[in-house]
Amino acid sequence: MTDSILRFARRGLCAILIACMPLAAFAALSADDLAPLAADDFDAKSAAIDKLIANADAPSIAVLSALADGSLVATDAGRVLIQTDDGNKDPLTNKTVEAPDAQPVTLNNLLRSKVSGAVSGLQLASPDIEKRRAAIDELLKNADPSIKPLVDKARAQETDPTLKKRLDTLWATTALHDTDANKRLEAVQLVAARHDLDMNELLRPIVVKNADGTFAEPDARVRAAAQAGIEELDSIQRRGEIVGTIFAGLSLGSVLLLAALGLAITYGLIGVINMAHGEFLMIGAYATYVVQNLVQHYAPGAFNWYPLFAVPVSFAAAALVGIVLERLVLKHLYGRPLETLLTTFGISLILIQATRTIFGAQNVQVTNPSWMSGGVSVMQNLILPYNRLTILGFSLVVVLLAWVVLTKTRLGLFVRAVTQNRRMAACVGVKTARVDSYAFAFGAGIAGLGGCALSQIGNIGPDLGQSYIIDSFMTVVLGGVGQLAGTVIGGFGLGLVSKTTRSVLKACSP
Amino acid sequence: MNTPNVSANLDVAPQPDEQAKREGFALGLPPRAALLPRSGWIALIAFIIAMGICVPVAALVLPESSTFHLSAYSMTLVGKLMCYAIGALALDLVWGYCGILSLGHALFFALGGYAMGMYLMRSIGREGNYQSDLPDFMVFLDWHKLPWYWQGTEHLWYALLLVILVPGILAWVFGFFTFRSRVKGVYLSIITQAMTFAAMLLFYRNETGFGGNNGFTDFKRIAGFPITSASTRTVLFLMTLGVLILAFIAARAIVTSKLGRVVTGVRDGEARLMFLGYSPLSYKLFIWTVSAVLCGIAGALYVPQVGIINPNEMSPGNSIEMAIWVAVGGRGTLIGPIIGAFAVNGAKSFFTANFPEYWLFFLGLIFTLVPLLLPSGIMGLIDIALRKKKAGGHSH
Repeated sequence: MTDSILRFARRGLCAILIACMPLAAFAALSADDLAPLAADDFDAKSAAIDKLIANADAPSIAVLSALADGSLVATDAGRVLIQTDDGNKDPLTNKTVEAPDAQPVTLNNLLRSKVSGAVSGLQLASPDIEKRRAAIDELLKNADPSIKPLVDKARAQETDPTLKKRLDTLWATTALHDTDANKRLEAVQLVAARHDLDMNELLRPIVVKNADGTFAEPDARVRAAAQAGIEELDSIQRRGEIVGTIFAGLSLGSVLLLAALGLAITYGLIGVINMAHGEFLMIGAYATYVVQNLVQHYAPGAFNWYPLFAVPVSFAAAALVGIVLERLVLKHLYGRPLETLLTTFGISLILIQATRTIFGAQNVQVTNPSWMSGGVSVMQNLILPYNRLTILGFSLVVVLLAWVVLTKTRLGLFVRAVTQNRRMAACVGVKTARVDSYAFAFGAGIAGLGGCALSQIGNIGPDLGQSYIIDSFMTVVLGGVGQLAGTVIGGFGLGLVSKTTRSVLKACSP
Repeated sequence: MNTPNVSANLDVAPQPDEQAKREGFALGLPPRAALLPRSGWIALIAFIIAMGICVPVAALVLPESSTFHLSAYSMTLVGKLMCYAIGALALDLVWGYCGILSLGHALFFALGGYAMGMYLMRSIGREGNYQSDLPDFMVFLDWHKLPWYWQGTEHLWYALLLVILVPGILAWVFGFFTFRSRVKGVYLSIITQAMTFAAMLLFYRNETGFGGNNGFTDFKRIAGFPITSASTRTVLFLMTLGVLILAFIAARAIVTSKLGRVVTGVRDGEARLMFLGYSPLSYKLFIWTVSAVLCGIAGALYVPQVGIINPNEMSPGNSIEMAIWVAVGGRGTLIGPIIGAFAVNGAKSFFTANFPEYWLFFLGLIFTLVPLLLPSGIMGLIDIALRKKKAGGHSH
């Protein structure tokens, strides 16, 4: 109770102080101060705006806000007026003036940002804490040294501790070029303490050496502080990059995993290297595209949940093509691996060309549902996109599904039996040919799921599968043929290795 | 019997009298097949003479209005096909006789082509767009001197040496490590393809110094002769034909030699061969390296005729296409792959000119149907037809 009263009293006091301050400290605004705004000289305009900012009394604020929203006009005679709904008003007297020849005051980009900064700066003195917070945030993004007097003032007055801290940083960004070395040092320390990567561009110029060997910053203490800050920021940056690389690796790994899982099953079972496996990805992706369009057309309200329909459809589409392929072609080639290689390559050509004929050679667009766009920011320079996170989770679910099918179902039992010893399995009554077909369809279906996932992170074109086929072979070979766990390790391992090597090579190359 | 069974894929039956003559040897080897039967030699020589006369006449002497005039386009096309045929022949040596399905022969082809291309680029001299001693793409990349591996490429003899050495050494090193580790079958195919893919990505980069995406083009002259003139083209054409014939005879000599029999033994039963005391490594390595060199030579002949070489030439798809030429013609026959290269590429030219959108369907169908329905290719068909004729209607 007492607390809130005290706070109320403090706030009231604050408001009074703010109200009195300008009157006490500065001379009132005069018409001469405003005249340069009506002229064409931008340097003079800039000086006039500086003066307005320094003044910061009610008429100055009015003029600045009018400048910011473009309602400041000037007559040919050099009189500056504010355009309102009730006609043009003189900012000094607040009286309506007849001025038919008034033209808007023009600004260039530099001045425009200065004015908008100043308007935010003026908000710093607002009694409303939310407005002050917004103003500080705005200014931290883009602080112009000209608002320094406003920041100085606000810093002296601010009572809220969190806001005061932020004001300190804001002040520091404006005080980096102060003439007083101690102030500069304080400013640099404050800036460095923010651990904000955006501050790099403020700190870097301080340690720059001029062409003649002298430093841009004469004081060694300031330079040292800046250097320490830069190193700190660099290490933050590095940490972010490392985590980012690991995530990119895992993300690539999850895609490879989805692409390779089906291949691992079919290769382990039938010993068939299926060059058309990448095309099952492509079929899954196009199935997703079709489902997306259908949902958009017939049930736009459910658009956010179209992946729920797309997942089973892409599985079914790829599995169907897979089973047809196995029955019609591959069945006749078992035991002739090299011919199978060529045949499946031919089939991939046919599938690609068929897709091109049906959907066109151009890439098609699959839109992320809204809950999959955007990302979670875990570090300053690292945003993990939701779609990649979803796919990472999805791939693990698919692995789990494959594991369940292979270990907990009758089909899985047969598949494992045939993989281990085909003849023996046939002897005890397993219909190996049928198992082959089902397993092939299952592998193809998983690739279809992979395609559905891929459609959420990249372009979909007829050549989609081609770019994954070699990588997925590598994954299968790396992980060990016919081993689910091996494929998981192979996929993530390959993804991580490929992304880390890439970033290391990038760091090493000039 | 201490020799592997090699007679299965020799299309020329051993002569009985020869067999009787050789029966006396202690080893008791079955007789070697003749390099070519007499009728084959006669046909070949007649063909060489006919081509040697007809082509220059048709290309240079006859006026353009004549029906028999050989246009620059068709000469380039046939020249190109002959280069492919040499490549197919090379692939047949390893696939048809040694059981190694290489999906990386386009790499050797392109390497030979690049070695030749380097010479051709250097011989442009200062006539490029930038009038510089350096090839245009280097000027464009703001390079100021030739990279070390371009040194000496202004000499034709050195470029020809590279044409042989680069694919040869690469194949030897690659083969040494893969064959020593007993990588075979599908795995070997995948590795060769991965190697080709990696090389393609490498050549696509500008930093590699081979012109990046665009590769080499805009050649002006070869050995001092303008490269686009009809007479230069004719000479290149005849040279390609000569190389094709020589390559065929050499390949034939290899596969009918004792070494060739061991190589065939590797194909049919590597483990058995090892138990007989052979070490397959050196045999495989030899045939593999010879095949790569042959492919490189084909590439070197290809580039001056076609006038361009770029990394697309070594895309994985191209290597696989080479395998289909061999499969269509009939592997393990040497003559089959040559026919296959002509047939498939002829069909490609026809389709891409008339029904471009159906070419991939057609190619895909060949890929699918040939192994299914025609496992020994066109030569198999001919073989069946001949046997039927001989046996008076009895089936194969």
